[in-house]
Amino acid sequence: MTLAKKLTFAVCLTALVAGAAVTSAQARDLTVVSWGGNYQDAQKKIYFEPFAKKTGKPVLDESWDGGIGVIAAKIKAGVPNWDVVQVESEELALGCADGYYEKLDWSKLGGKDAYLPAAVNDCGVGAIVWSTALSYDADRLKEAPQSWADFWDTKKFPGKRGFRRGPKYALEFALMADGVPPADVYKVLSTPEGIDRAFKKLEELKPNIVWWESGAQPLQLLASGEVVMTTAYNGRISGINKTEGKNFKVVWPGSLYAIDSWVIMKGSPNKDAAMDFIAFVNVPENQVKLPEYIAYGLPNKAAAAAVPTNLQKDLPTAPENLAGSVPLDADFWIDNIEELNKRFNAWLAK
Amino acid sequence: MKAAILRERSGALLLVSPVIIFLAVFFLWPLWTMVTAAFVDDAVSKVLPRTAASIVSWNGQGVPSEAAHKALVQDLKAASDEQALGEAVRRLNSAASGFRTLLGRTIPAVKAAPDPAQVDLLAVDPRWNDTRFWVALKEAMPPYTDRNILAAVDMKRDASGGIVAEAADASAHRLIMLRTLLVAAMVTIACAVIGLPYAMLTASVTGWKRSALLLAVVLPLWTSLLVRTAAWFILLQNEGLINRALQAIGLIDSPLPLIFNRLGVVIAMTHVLLPFMVLPIYSVILGIPRNLMSAAQSMGAGPVRAFWRVLLPLSLPGLLSGSLLVFMVAIGYYITPALLGGANDQMISSVIAFYATGTANWGLAGALGLILLVVTTVLYAIYGRFSTPQQVPGA
Repeated sequence: MTLAKKLTFAVCLTALVAGAAVTSAQARDLTVVSWGGNYQDAQKKIYFEPFAKKTGKPVLDESWDGGIGVIAAKIKAGVPNWDVVQVESEELALGCADGYYEKLDWSKLGGKDAYLPAAVNDCGVGAIVWSTALSYDADRLKEAPQSWADFWDTKKFPGKRGFRRGPKYALEFALMADGVPPADVYKVLSTPEGIDRAFKKLEELKPNIVWWESGAQPLQLLASGEVVMTTAYNGRISGINKTEGKNFKVVWPGSLYAIDSWVIMKGSPNKDAAMDFIAFVNVPENQVKLPEYIAYGLPNKAAAAAVPTNLQKDLPTAPENLAGSVPLDADFWIDNIEELNKRFNAWLAK
Repeated sequence: MKAAILRERSGALLLVSPVIIFLAVFFLWPLWTMVTAAFVDDAVSKVLPRTAASIVSWNGQGVPSEAAHKALVQDLKAASDEQALGEAVRRLNSAASGFRTLLGRTIPAVKAAPDPAQVDLLAVDPRWNDTRFWVALKEAMPPYTDRNILAAVDMKRDASGGIVAEAADASAHRLIMLRTLLVAAMVTIACAVIGLPYAMLTASVTGWKRSALLLAVVLPLWTSLLVRTAAWFILLQNEGLINRALQAIGLIDSPLPLIFNRLGVVIAMTHVLLPFMVLPIYSVILGIPRNLMSAAQSMGAGPVRAFWRVLLPLSLPGLLSGSLLVFMVAIGYYITPALLGGANDQMISSVIAFYATGTANWGLAGALGLILLVVTTVLYAIYGRFSTPQQVPGA
């Protein structure tokens, strides 16, 4: 090769690479991020794949474990590589205040009145209503535990207990076990004495607690008999009963429920497609399919009303299940999570 | 002549430039980012410049003057960059829990008011009467801070600016850091105790036996860490293989507590990190002349003495570098302690991860990382001092 030829070759190559880089940045497929596991498998079947078929464009899906730091890092990096994300209520509140999400076009979603009031936000629309509740294996326990007080009663129910590691949920449940009525939990918890009281109650159970971190762990702990009771996400419990023929039960009174929402990342290059996707998910005929796979409540009123009655009873939104349960107070946790987590770690390490 | 040297030099520089660029991009730059994240503290003063100017003169008693209130309202009214404002709020809430909802209520009220001069903060939220929030605001104004690095070692500044320890039940970073080092040390010792004989055995056999032994060490490296941890979970649990087998042969009556405690963590981490110990020792032992052991024996040393005086000292460099590798990797462990450990086995990287991804408090995450780096560097320096190669006669 002569020098001139070499040079031309190099220039062509550079142009090619640069061109590829530019097109790949522009034409990234719509990327949807959710919570993985059997939940995301269901979403793939009823949302992602039908949407891809309808629009003729592929949908990429990824999973994550939450955390506002992850969202913040993606926004700070410039153009985010995610478009639509399913977030918990704290991430919704924090990210919306900090300008990490696009504002939703509610006219495409059928108006705000079509949803539960708690599922409506400028930046996000509710995707599911889900509960964290006391769960146990009915094949192993002869007598059914009824409440958090039973969860703490190691004489009546000997054995270990599973708990999500972290102050969130643990402090609320401890207060209920200590006799605080569910409706007053956050009122008590927002005083220093209330927090001391919760930690003191947790201290009683500390030697008997196995701490878990990811949502699949409590199922494994229950299935292996490692613990007799555990806190767990209600959808996963009904999911494993269905797929593996287990007889796990959920105790609804004293459970905490929360709403997960769909958001669009600020600066998403696929903003319009992302909005169309969220609209597609919220068409009642599409959303109503979800409880067949996993027992989460639906924030779209029309969809919720259309759920077959035999599936209704397992949903956190069923009136009899809602009766004794408490909504998770996202405001309390966005204010206090750092301080309480520090204290929780110090308490664990003692 | 000079030009020739210069050309030669620049040629050499050009050749090593990939290394320099690599180090700068993947080592120095992240390190620098971490240090600045830990010490630079301009998130609040950038967004609230008028408040910064006005609150300086406040003595920290009661509530600042009306002028400071006005300045804050003006700043909030003028703040147009949502993300910058968000960072300021995060920084303030980290110093005083509750600032998040306080500003969450105040900002919309200020933005909605037609005339900022008319806004009365106390009417918007009575918490503006609380000294705590104003102190946090004042302390957030200087452009640099040591609060992150102090918090990383469970210290803080009190009202008069002196450094004091945090309340014992409020923070446990130091304890978790010590525990991390302790677990890493336990794993290193376990790896050394298993790895040294294993490497010697591997080096002493030949042919398919050696290949089989080496494969047994290297194969786990190709399996995902998560899979190996999950496998240990299945083996170690109360109704797992090990406890079942022991109960079946009547050695124990009730299951041994092998999981959700330090033992489970050390067992699994030792298994995962064993290759990093075996391979360096093995490569060093391969280089030791085989006739040295026979020579020692011919001079009257028994097998134990020959091992103690000849083989062990000669394989020491391998043992030391293996230990260093295992220890360094073990310090950063996160998944295995989370899945197999109990309440007391959480290691420092999971705390760092909480601040980095959970609450986006990158300052504290950076400070904890920095402390970890300093501790490791000090240990490395100690190691370097003790492991300077001693000239072994004949080696």
